Amino acid sequence: MNDFDYRSPRSLDEALAILGEYGEDARVVAGGTALVTMMRQRLVQPRCLVSLRDVQGLGRIEANGGLRLGALVTHRDAEVSPLVQERIPVLAETFRRVATVRIRHMATIGGALAHGDPNQDPPVTLLALGATVNIRSARAAREVPLTEFFRDYYETALEPGELVTAVTVPAPPARSGAAFLKFLPRTADDYATVAAAAIVTLERDGVRCREARIALGSVGVTPLRATSAEALLGGQPLGESLLQAAGEAAKTAVDPLTDHRGSAAYKREMTAVMVGRVLGQAWEAARRSAQARP
Amino acid sequence: MIRLTVNGTVHELEVPAYRTLLDCLRYDLGLTGSKEGCGVGVCGACTVLLDGKMISSCIALAGFADGRSVTTVEGLAQDERLHPVQQAFVDAGGFQCGICTPGQVVSAKALLDANPNPTEAEIKEWMVGNLCRCTGYYKIVESIRSAAQRSRA
Repeated sequence: MNDFDYRSPRSLDEALAILGEYGEDARVVAGGTALVTMMRQRLVQPRCLVSLRDVQGLGRIEANGGLRLGALVTHRDAEVSPLVQERIPVLAETFRRVATVRIRHMATIGGALAHGDPNQDPPVTLLALGATVNIRSARAAREVPLTEFFRDYYETALEPGELVTAVTVPAPPARSGAAFLKFLPRTADDYATVAAAAIVTLERDGVRCREARIALGSVGVTPLRATSAEALLGGQPLGESLLQAAGEAAKTAVDPLTDHRGSAAYKREMTAVMVGRVLGQAWEAARRSAQARP
Repeated sequence: MIRLTVNGTVHELEVPAYRTLLDCLRYDLGLTGSKEGCGVGVCGACTVLLDGKMISSCIALAGFADGRSVTTVEGLAQDERLHPVQQAFVDAGGFQCGICTPGQVVSAKALLDANPNPTEAEIKEWMVGNLCRCTGYYKIVESIRSAAQRSRA
């Protein structure tokens, strides 16, 4: 690792001032699971590392209609939070599927988003849930829908001097259900070959789909929405052929890379399979929700 | 200058910013129980507890632990008396070559601290990412189960 200035500001304003001062030469570090690993591999060599560890107020999980998760909330915090488990169980379940307990103790939500790695799980579920990212710089605050946040491989909408302060997740609507699945042919703590999340909201009849959102991970340069598949679902009742058609449509949204988790062609086929499965599970959950509270 | 409390002893150290917590423990403090295996947070050989929570010390900077409390495998035994988890690994044969063992033992201790009566599924989920390349995992799971039983007795 190269040497660098290590700063531990005690407030967000102080952190933002340091970021403003160093610009592109500074990197923000929270849990370090992504950044320190990349620094050890000399993929990143910052002149200044701004640790958020001592910044107060970024580690809270709050109910605000939906949920607001502070940037320093760890994956483990989100996984075991009664509030997350009760309000948006698919989110707690998604965090539970990330890597290992050890890594989940370290990795933060804000860090995972800022890292912009298309193989991570939480962004997939957060995309399906319609989350937005709260961003601050020394000059301004802005909110970016997650659909516009991921730009390219390890590239996000964050500008130099900006950092993620929170992610806001809207409450799932009435008569909705959600699911997250990842296909892991190797080990339980691996990145997925394909990861998929879906949320389905039903019409008042409890049968036809009003709206569905499907998101995918590990099959492109960013986590992505399968809007071509979503478009087939409005007004339709659930059926095996519909799930298959949605899976086929999702294949047009992806552009996977061949690696040791599968060839590009295999990942494209698995996209169809996983979209069919996750959609079926989300739909079933929506139906149960509609029956319980029509 | 950073201030670490390691296994109950306070240390004040001058270390470069890039020093990992693992290197600090091993080279600055001479605590070589924690091992470097993969160096990227995957294998679990470097597992330590930071304020009671298990982490990968190979991808934590020493600065992350400034002002905090670190428990390593050296901190488990009381004098000559092994920690119940260590004794269980000895009795149930939960290791062969031993390089993964400090990480296994520290992780198992963290599990039993959080959940004194884990099911087999909970043991397996918790221990994912503590890799053993010799003996397989049956005896490790068995060791942890027997440590839990012993701690309850």
